[in-house]
Amino acid sequence: MVVPLIYYIALSSALFAIGVIGVLIRRNAIIIFMCIEMMLNAVNLSLVGFADHYQAIDGQMFVFFVMTVAAAEVAVGLALIVAIFRNKATVNVDELNLMKW
Amino acid sequence: MIEYVWLVPLVPILGFLFNGLLGKRVPKWLVSLVGCSVIGIPFLIVILIFREYLQLPADAKPVEVVVYNWISSGNFNALAAFLVDPLSLIMMLVVSGVSFIIHIYSVGYMHDDEGYPRYFSYLNLFVFAMLVLVSANNFLLMFVGWEGVGLCSYLLIGFWYEKQSASDAGKKAFVVNRIGDFGFLLGIFLIFWTFNTINFREVFSIAGTNFEVGSLVITAITLLLFVGATGKSAQLPLYVWLPDAMEGPTPVSALIHAATMVTAGVYMVARCSALYVLAPVSLTVVAIVGAATAILSASIGLAQNDIKRVLAYSTVSQLGYMFLACGVGAFVAGIFHLMTHAFFKALLFLGSGSVIHAMSGEQDMRHMGDLKKHLPITYWTFIMATLAIAGIFPFAGFFSKDEILYKSLVDGHILYWLIAAAAAFMTAFYMFRLIFMTFHGESRVDHEVLHHVHESPPVMTLPLIALAVLSTIGGFVGIPIIEGANVFHDFLAPAIAHVHRPEIHYPISFEVSMMVVSVIIALLGINTAYRMYIKRPELPQIVTEKIPLLYDLIYHKYYVDELYAATVVNPIKVGSDFLWKGVDEQVVDGAVNGSAGVIEWLSYHIRKLETGYVQNYALAILIGVFIIAGYYLGR
Repeated sequence: MVVPLIYYIALSSALFAIGVIGVLIRRNAIIIFMCIEMMLNAVNLSLVGFADHYQAIDGQMFVFFVMTVAAAEVAVGLALIVAIFRNKATVNVDELNLMKW
Repeated sequence: MIEYVWLVPLVPILGFLFNGLLGKRVPKWLVSLVGCSVIGIPFLIVILIFREYLQLPADAKPVEVVVYNWISSGNFNALAAFLVDPLSLIMMLVVSGVSFIIHIYSVGYMHDDEGYPRYFSYLNLFVFAMLVLVSANNFLLMFVGWEGVGLCSYLLIGFWYEKQSASDAGKKAFVVNRIGDFGFLLGIFLIFWTFNTINFREVFSIAGTNFEVGSLVITAITLLLFVGATGKSAQLPLYVWLPDAMEGPTPVSALIHAATMVTAGVYMVARCSALYVLAPVSLTVVAIVGAATAILSASIGLAQNDIKRVLAYSTVSQLGYMFLACGVGAFVAGIFHLMTHAFFKALLFLGSGSVIHAMSGEQDMRHMGDLKKHLPITYWTFIMATLAIAGIFPFAGFFSKDEILYKSLVDGHILYWLIAAAAAFMTAFYMFRLIFMTFHGESRVDHEVLHHVHESPPVMTLPLIALAVLSTIGGFVGIPIIEGANVFHDFLAPAIAHVHRPEIHYPISFEVSMMVVSVIIALLGINTAYRMYIKRPELPQIVTEKIPLLYDLIYHKYYVDELYAATVVNPIKVGSDFLWKGVDEQVVDGAVNGSAGVIEWLSYHIRKLETGYVQNYALAILIGVFIIAGYYLGR
């Protein structure tokens, strides 16, 4: 059975939008982090869909790379969040506003 | 030997380098030895050159010695080259000879000064600059010496720079000289623009063939050059620095007033005589300025009480004589007076130095008197110099001064003669007033000081005696009337241009009677001084009370310093103050600070955009993405 391309795109867009909204409106750093992961995977999904549609292996190759990078990023990101939590006893981004003048 | 003329200025500068760099690390006697010998050696060289020059065939004169090509740019060429001709030889002899004597004297006079090596290094530099000035063969090299003496006068007048008045006097000399130098520089520019060369001989020969008498550009050049001369040679209106120049050590005054510096202007005018004879207007200006300076400063000298100040004004007055001579076309007489004046004025200053030395630094003549028996050598040499400056036969000043008086009458105007004669009367008067107040009459010396009064050591009195001899016999090189006896005149004649005017022959009896008249004038002045200061010492008081206004005017030097302060110095000060506090601080600094302020104000408000919330930034990125995407989609 062949899944039509439009399904992939629709699901991917929906996931991406949810991710974006989550990044913008949530205050918990870990949730934001998860939303970023979601956006990455939404893109992965669209890549897989297009790869299937065009019968080209490149897209699937890309997905592996993205997943590898995402795994590394998670390791670094979580380490950062843990470090911040140890320092400030919070992961609420409203209280993390040092990046200004 | 002539080709080694470059050694003449070179040796003094070696002394300057030695004393300036090593003077503090070597013993004092070595400083003295080097300091004096680097002036003595050039003097000997000049004598040798002089002898050789006399034996040269006429067509080999004058000699130009090129050392190297100094500046070469387009059609502009300035060589480091020296001109050996009668005029430069006379000047080199006088400068190095008198300076040498002054150097020897300084060994005694400055012996206890802390800045001894510094003093000698400056003195050597001074002589170097002056020798460059008189031996250069082009205007630019002359200008180097011209500026050099200006610099050295600043250094030496302000030698005791811890004293406010000395450092002020140094600055005054420098600034006033700069005004004159500016005119001189413009003159050089105009010369190059007109003649395409700055070599003396080329300029003069082109001027002689291509320009007519009264040519406008020559008049402009000569007037500009004369502005320089008024600064350097202390003529109206730029003479004000010279009387203040006595703030320096006394031998320096002797050097500035006699051998170097002030003679530069007279030398320059005589050197450019070929240009001046083409510009009758300039000659008239020179003569008028000279005559006015002579009478004005002589009258100021009448009422001064500082021994050096009297001498300073007499220098200004005598320089006026020299310019008067040049102005009536008697350049030789001007140089002649320059030479004799160098002898007796150096002697007068060194003598006054000896008096000041004996008086433990006292310079006010009202606190002197009856020093004759304490300072016999100083007294007798001083008398000779005074007789010379007063113009009494047969002292040196008589010949030169009489020649100027005579020339100003026959070649100039009866008015010139009257002014010069009046100034001669005043000169005789104030010089003998100085003698009587210092050496004769009742002693008004402080008891404490009187205790220490002593004749100076031989290292100071020997120079006095040497100069006294020169002041006495120095005039005999220029004996008038007798055909062929005026050696000075005949020697100098090839280097000097002549004013073209119909030759008038006056009977010898007229010339002789003019001499008698000039001596009588001098004797009258002496007699007046004698009556006022020896016979009836109360008389000066009565005279001053009778004419309080005039006396006040003279005593305060016609308020010229105050006038300059009010008309020139203060407006410049106020203007500079405005430029500083108004233009610089308000406008220039305001623009710079203002632009910085605007940036700061803007940044203060714009930085509020940087909230520090990562999500705000993310939102901004998202909005950006939408805008860009919208742009490409809606296109």
